[in-house]
Amino acid sequence: MNNSTALPISIRGLTKKYGDLNALNSVDLEIKSSEFLTLLGPSGSGKTTLLMAIAGFNRPDAGSIKFGDAEMVLTPPHKRDVGMVFQSYALFPHMTVSENIGFPLKLRGLAAKEARGRVDEALATVQLSGLGDRGIDQLSGGQRQRVALARAFVFRPRILLMDEPLSALDKKLREHMQIELKQIHRQLGVTTVYVTHDQREALTMSDRIAVINDGELVQVDTPEAIYNRPKDQFVADFIGESTMLALTRDGDGRLSFGAEIISSSTPDSSVSNWRLVIRPERLHLLEGGANTSEKQVVFRGRVTEYVFQGETAFALVALNDTTILSVRFGTGAGSRLRSLELGALVSVGLMREDVILIPEEGQM
Amino acid sequence: MSWWTSPATETQISHGDRFWLYVLVAIIMLFLVIPTLIVIPMSFSDSQYLEFPPEQWSLRWYGEYFDSTKWMRATVTSLQVGFLTLLVATPLGTMAAYALFVSGHRFAKSIFLLLITPMIVPVILIAIGAFYAFGRMGINNSITGLVLAHTAMATPLVMIVITAALRSYDLNQERVARSLGATRIKAFFTVTLPQIKFSVVTAGLLSFLTSFDEVIIAIFVSGGNNATLTKHMFAALRDFIDPTIAAISTIMVGISTALLLAIQFVGSKKK
Amino acid sequence: MPVSPDIEKSSLHSQELQSQKKREEWMLLGLSLPAIFVIALVVILPVGWLFYLSFVDSQGSFSFEHYQKMVEYKSYARVFIATFKVSALTTLICVALGYPIAYFLAALPSRWSGIFMLAVLLPFWTSLLVRTYAWLVLLQRKGLLNDLAIQIGLWDSPVKLVHNMTGTLIGMAHIMLPFLVLPLYGAMKKIEPDMMQAASNLGASPVRAFCSIYLPLSVSGLAAGSLIVFVLCLGFYVTPAVLGGGRVVMVATQITAILEHQFDWGAASALGVVLLLATVLVLYLAGRFFKFDTALFGKR
Repeated sequence: MNNSTALPISIRGLTKKYGDLNALNSVDLEIKSSEFLTLLGPSGSGKTTLLMAIAGFNRPDAGSIKFGDAEMVLTPPHKRDVGMVFQSYALFPHMTVSENIGFPLKLRGLAAKEARGRVDEALATVQLSGLGDRGIDQLSGGQRQRVALARAFVFRPRILLMDEPLSALDKKLREHMQIELKQIHRQLGVTTVYVTHDQREALTMSDRIAVINDGELVQVDTPEAIYNRPKDQFVADFIGESTMLALTRDGDGRLSFGAEIISSSTPDSSVSNWRLVIRPERLHLLEGGANTSEKQVVFRGRVTEYVFQGETAFALVALNDTTILSVRFGTGAGSRLRSLELGALVSVGLMREDVILIPEEGQM
Repeated sequence: MSWWTSPATETQISHGDRFWLYVLVAIIMLFLVIPTLIVIPMSFSDSQYLEFPPEQWSLRWYGEYFDSTKWMRATVTSLQVGFLTLLVATPLGTMAAYALFVSGHRFAKSIFLLLITPMIVPVILIAIGAFYAFGRMGINNSITGLVLAHTAMATPLVMIVITAALRSYDLNQERVARSLGATRIKAFFTVTLPQIKFSVVTAGLLSFLTSFDEVIIAIFVSGGNNATLTKHMFAALRDFIDPTIAAISTIMVGISTALLLAIQFVGSKKK
Repeated sequence: MPVSPDIEKSSLHSQELQSQKKREEWMLLGLSLPAIFVIALVVILPVGWLFYLSFVDSQGSFSFEHYQKMVEYKSYARVFIATFKVSALTTLICVALGYPIAYFLAALPSRWSGIFMLAVLLPFWTSLLVRTYAWLVLLQRKGLLNDLAIQIGLWDSPVKLVHNMTGTLIGMAHIMLPFLVLPLYGAMKKIEPDMMQAASNLGASPVRAFCSIYLPLSVSGLAAGSLIVFVLCLGFYVTPAVLGGGRVVMVATQITAILEHQFDWGAASALGVVLLLATVLVLYLAGRFFKFDTALFGKR
């Protein structure tokens, strides 16, 4: 299998309303050929609606969906040539594993012999060789997931869609399958749109992540960019842990928290109120009384909570009565810190390059 | 006497302390079951008067039944109408139930309510209404009229059985089938129908039973050569106690039980 | 990334999408058309026609004549009172017999309750005529029940148990009992055994725990079952006609009598309309208190 059949997807002005609710509000999205793109958002954000619209199960009110150059928005689902994996797997319980996987081939009129070869090939890809004659009820959750996947790609669709396919699995298996899915994607090279509400899963698997909220795309970017440069409060909050500090701006456009100057200039002068986003693991504990410098910003506070969690440890540091920083540190090789005393006065540093500034909500 | 003194409830009442409940329940159970079963031994009595237990056993009343053209004709009518009702009501109800279940149309709920009105409107009203309407259409005393009326009565039952089946079915399977290249109709017949077929069979058997047991509408709209078994039985019950009815009743209980067992069997095979 | 306002409206296909949606909806609704046709033909239009007839007098003009008669004539009042009396008494008997049964079944482990449930369901699925006939036989002067009662000394000479109110009530209660037991059993199954245990741990006597916990929690099922029974009784025909022997006149038997003897469609229709309204009213009131999905199950 190769990626010559993969197609880019181009979505323009996709709109869907349920009564007064905007499930999708004029969504524009370009998905590259062979890309693994994840639609990430909380439940009710519109991510599944968007996926179902691409599959053809959800008819939008308006919009354009192109696979390559072909307009698909009016095409019925069975003519879209799209592989689909559902959250519930939706395997056919009245058919064996082979019959399930062979179903799309039979519909396409493939000769029995060729179909059998393709089914075996697909079974091998998902590491289920030899289980073809099993009934669906004889499979474990992870095996069912693999059958659903094999059935979705066996007919070599140009696009593969997955709706939270791993959410029914337990944590360990889920993490294993994330890696395996990614490998299969690399092997097939098919354009893949993946829906999840699990930000960790999105970060692990995707080439790019499209964060969606209230029917609108908030940010579309690589996992690193989404994590390191969230565009607004929603993205910063939804992906990863973070503490947000409201900043004040002086006459010269400098942004500061208390006495500490965070940024010497305002990133966008049309926005007046800014916040500082701090990822807990980007903070580090300082020995003695280091001060804010060109290299780093220093906060001082009292330890109000300390939790040892194995490979990392976690502390809450109160800067004043209302502001509490979360700090995460490694406990591995070279880390001098093994424990913190409650009530101890500490200094924590944040490197200048780790400063993330976002506009205050409602200022955009 | 360990069972007698052992606790029977969470509030630690012993079986002995609530033995009265068991006696009471046993009596009520007898009240429920005996009238259905007692006609069976009585039908094998030789006597003109129904007695229990019969002094002499015989098949006399079965003979009367099988030798009577009137009863035989009525039996054929009832079986025929029941079978035709099954054939018409099952697809009609299944189609409607599927359509209303899948469609998110704002009228879907209203149409569903409209279609189950035959279960809400008192049957006597349906009977005289149908009698009046069929009179105008000239289909009183015909098989057509009876099948039409019984289909109207059975369709809501079919819809309820099929809707319940669809509720416990993952409609995403049909979606997957469509994404894999099946048209909607093909997806229904290859994926959905094989999985709800037991409910479809159950619904069909219930349609048959509904028609076969139906009395009131049959009293009004059936007659002449096409009078149903139930119509003749009702007339016979009003006039005098004819032991032939015991034989017919036994046969009817047999048919109902057979169908019920068939439904149970179908249901257990599902698992 | 280009934004939508830059694109022409026509490339967003809103009209085609709209008409496609309409087409699919109508196609789906079309599947229910045959069922709608049959039910409209047999039930809705004829009942509507009866409704119309009830407002037409013998000269063929619009009038409330038939409804006026209902108010004025004592015979109608007697029919209505008898109907409500029979329905209410049947419901009461069913509650008295059904509650212990449902309670017993709900307390059993499921494999046993399944077997005992058959006893409840058996009459449910046997012909109403067969059961009515059985009661006729059991209750007659020389019937099994009289024989048994005399033998154990309950009474000395045969008592008239059938072709009167007694027979009607016994027969109707027997037919209606499953309709009460099923919803009641459903409600009782939902009561957590832990709750009774908790009550008893908190010091309630078994009787007290039953009255203050179990009874109130089962009341919704009891109410649902009672209403179904009551509503079904209102329109009952076969049992009162046979076991009442002409002495118990209910609305349904009266409608038939009017049609048989006077051939007065207007009067019969008016009675039917009142019966339908009473049924709908009771169901509507019931619907305001709980969902009656289960109430829609079953046959008459």
